[in-house]
Amino acid sequence: MAPYFGGSQYVWGSIITIFMLALAMGYLLGGRLSMRSPSSVTYAMFFITAALFSLPIIVFADAIMRPIFLTIEDPRYGSLMASIVLYFIPTCILGMISPYSVRLLVKSHEHSGNMAGQLYFVSTIGSAAGTLGTSFYFVLWFEVNQILWGSIAALLGAGCIILLANYRANGVGSRSQAQNYG
Amino acid sequence: MLLCGVMLSFFAAQQALAETLHEERSIYRDITVVQTGDRRCLIFNLHRGDRNQTCVEVNDRDTLVFSYTRMSFAGLLLQPQPQTILVAGLGGGSIPMTLTDLFPDAEIDVVEIDQAVVNVAKQFFFFEENDNMNVSVSDARVFIKRGGLTGKKYDYIVLDAFGGDYIPEHLLTREFLSEVKAIMAADGVLVANTFSTSRFYDHESVTYQRVFNEFFNFKLPTSGNRIIITQLDSLPPRGELVTRAQDAAESLQKYGVPILEYPARLSTRVDWDMSRRVLTDQYSPANLLRDN
Repeated sequence: MAPYFGGSQYVWGSIITIFMLALAMGYLLGGRLSMRSPSSVTYAMFFITAALFSLPIIVFADAIMRPIFLTIEDPRYGSLMASIVLYFIPTCILGMISPYSVRLLVKSHEHSGNMAGQLYFVSTIGSAAGTLGTSFYFVLWFEVNQILWGSIAALLGAGCIILLANYRANGVGSRSQAQNYG
Repeated sequence: MLLCGVMLSFFAAQQALAETLHEERSIYRDITVVQTGDRRCLIFNLHRGDRNQTCVEVNDRDTLVFSYTRMSFAGLLLQPQPQTILVAGLGGGSIPMTLTDLFPDAEIDVVEIDQAVVNVAKQFFFFEENDNMNVSVSDARVFIKRGGLTGKKYDYIVLDAFGGDYIPEHLLTREFLSEVKAIMAADGVLVANTFSTSRFYDHESVTYQRVFNEFFNFKLPTSGNRIIITQLDSLPPRGELVTRAQDAAESLQKYGVPILEYPARLSTRVDWDMSRRVLTDQYSPANLLRDN
């Protein structure tokens, strides 16, 4: 973003705002989706589609940001618009994962609070580790796009592991069921 | 012991004389204006031990207090009569004020990210905009990119945006320097005020070399800064610099710029590790490199 909109406070503000809004939408949608016959396959699809929708951040970044830079003079609104186009969809899909995880993991009412607590714990620790790792080390070792490719690979890997685990656990029966939901 | 006592009382007296004129917290930094005797200084992030950004002698405003500020006028050895000037980073405004005083007909654009710095420069450091000198509050990268799109060309560009403890990483990359190149007039000169320490020095030098092929490296023992001076054409021979210095010496005298000493200090010698990575928009961990 900085090459087009600079590194001013507004640009940071735009990015964080859009991430928060996208996550909020994702939580809501993920919760709704979990009401309709939840399955591990749908769950895996969140990871895989989020990975696919992250690809434009690498492949079309310039093609997306250039016209925005040209049409919107004010870098505050320019960076806001660019954040929406680049980050909203993948972040929203990633936001769906948490509530959906609660639905898949919770077996009874008594356990729900504990489970939600553990999920928040894992996801927030992951965010902290990712932020620290990226800002302290990864930017020193890798190019930004290499870091993004790494994240996409990790998402695809997670999606595949879920599919594989689901296949092993349930055998063929749930696979055909999965196709119905997929 | 006696010496210690004398020194202590001296420092105590110095402290007592320093008077805080103004404190302001902007969205980017804490700004403090301090005056000691006749010397008034602008300090960013005082509590974190940052040094002065700009000082001015209130009774002798023409004199440039800092070595690096004086050094930035060495660019005049390559372009003695700039008509269009861009200064990125305002500080207390001493560089643009001196430039408009030297070249009253030149069009000067100043770009500064922080509105509070502009206000303080006007209120406490005698900075004024005029018909030929305008300040834009904007990120330098955005300003320069737009300048490139509108076909703007400058004869003299000063990059002085690295104050405080955070380096704007997007103002160091190969892509940024290419955008700067695009707004340089055919005989324009670029003067970049930057650091002379740490691994960062190697990366920055490699990047400038990649974009401009060659540049003058200008360092003085009295300053921790280094000034990079370059142009689109190949650099002039030293003889020409000496002649230009002689021509400019008189007009620069009142600002205290010892231009005659500069030609001998402009070096093209490679004193950095050429194997370091070029800084790009994809790879620019300048703030991490500086600490290594």
